[in-house]
Amino acid sequence: MVRFQNVGMRYGLGPEVLRDVSFHLPPGSFHFLSGASGAGKSSLLKLMYLACRPSRGLISLFDTDIATMPRRALPAVRRQIGVVFQDFRLLDHMNVIDNVALPLRVAGAKRGEIRDHARELLKWVGLDDCLDALPPTLSGGQKQRVAIARAVISRPLLLLADEPTGNVDDTIAMRLLRLFEELNRLGTTVLIATHNENLIRRAGRPRLHLSGGELTGPFHGAATGEEGRA
Amino acid sequence: MFWTHRDLALDSDPARRFLPWLLAMIVYLAGLALAGMMSLSAAVDRWDSGLSGTLTIQIPAAAPDSRDTALANALAALRATPGIESARALSAEETAALLEPWLGKGALSRDLPLPRLIDVRLRKDAAPDIEGLTNLIKAAAPGAIVDDHKKSLDRLIHLARTIEAAAIAIVVLVALAAIATVVFITRTGLALHANNIELLHLIGAADGYVARQFQGQALDLALRGGVIGLALTVITVILLGRAAAALGSGLLPALSLSALQWAVLAAVPLAIGLIGMMTARITVMGELRKLP
Repeated sequence: MVRFQNVGMRYGLGPEVLRDVSFHLPPGSFHFLSGASGAGKSSLLKLMYLACRPSRGLISLFDTDIATMPRRALPAVRRQIGVVFQDFRLLDHMNVIDNVALPLRVAGAKRGEIRDHARELLKWVGLDDCLDALPPTLSGGQKQRVAIARAVISRPLLLLADEPTGNVDDTIAMRLLRLFEELNRLGTTVLIATHNENLIRRAGRPRLHLSGGELTGPFHGAATGEEGRA
Repeated sequence: MFWTHRDLALDSDPARRFLPWLLAMIVYLAGLALAGMMSLSAAVDRWDSGLSGTLTIQIPAAAPDSRDTALANALAALRATPGIESARALSAEETAALLEPWLGKGALSRDLPLPRLIDVRLRKDAAPDIEGLTNLIKAAAPGAIVDDHKKSLDRLIHLARTIEAAAIAIVVLVALAAIATVVFITRTGLALHANNIELLHLIGAADGYVARQFQGQALDLALRGGVIGLALTVITVILLGRAAAALGSGLLPALSLSALQWAVLAAVPLAIGLIGMMTARITVMGELRKLP
């Protein structure tokens, strides 16, 4: 599903923020990504959702080396990836249902189909009473759930979430975790970047740990495919 | 509205609100230049067909007896020259009528000496040599002036063609101004909505999907501006046409347009709409190619 081999990344001429990162996420796996602030979690996710290119190394998504993919093929690959951004990145001028429906609209789905699907998903994340609300009127937790609904609406093959429980209490966090697990059961490969040790412990899933731009930690072996569970 | 869903809040851009008005001014200038060029072109065609193959011979005002003798001599010489289709002396009233635009009706005094004019029409198939004819007339009527319309017409046509070229240059320049305006406003929009455009890009929007939002709005705004500009052009052309007709003197070419020429003017807003749309698309696609 996702394979990194000796990947390095730097912004412009700055120092490398990721160094020699290698791991493999098999299809249908569920991992956490942990690390202190500035360790490179967001940069690693950016490489995975194709917002940046690596400075060196090989990245393979869905069994294809991204360096050899023509640019015109990238939108279709991105549609297979759901992303929950740390800062939500909702469109403030659009109501909740239109925000959630955005990936389907971009993919060219039919209008009626889009709204039904979005409504159903918002009910699932407990936001069916604010379909027409604009993001600026929502709480942090509500925005996060809208962002999650938008990330999963197109049933992505790979779900990447950057601190998806950062703005919610433990109850909501566990509810969101169950949502991710449900999606994982349906076949989506999940990677969640989080500081929430409690969430990682309760989920009991393998973790990748980043420190100073290098992949370390107790689950490094698992992440490179050496652990059977991953 | 030419797009089904606006993922980007382009309507809220302050610069975009000015686009229809800027393009209205551009269409107005282009429309006026085109209208002027087309009516001038029609006038040149009329002059060309009306004056080619003709000459005017002027017998200067002198003592009436010698002037009339010179006139008779000149007419006789003309009638004896092959290649002359007709030669007719204008009456004093006709000559006075020609001066009316400059001097006003009834302003001519009976005592004012007027030259006698001969209107000469040349055979199209066998027109005589103008230089030989001039010498012949001057011998028959000393002091006569042969006005070969072709020379003055050529100068007039040259002037008209120069004005036409200037009008074309104006149309090209205002089209470039329209392109520059749309490029600037599109780039402003791209900068203002960079975050949301990046989001669309990351969730899998193809470049064309994002470009369609800009190009649809550019087409919409450019057409609105174009219609406003066209309305102003039509009003101006009609008012100028009436003012020129009111002079009634023939000093100015008639500012009237044919149905086809009106259709050309009506196409200007469509052209500006297409220019706006294509410019926005090319600008957006060029900028999006910089994204990974």
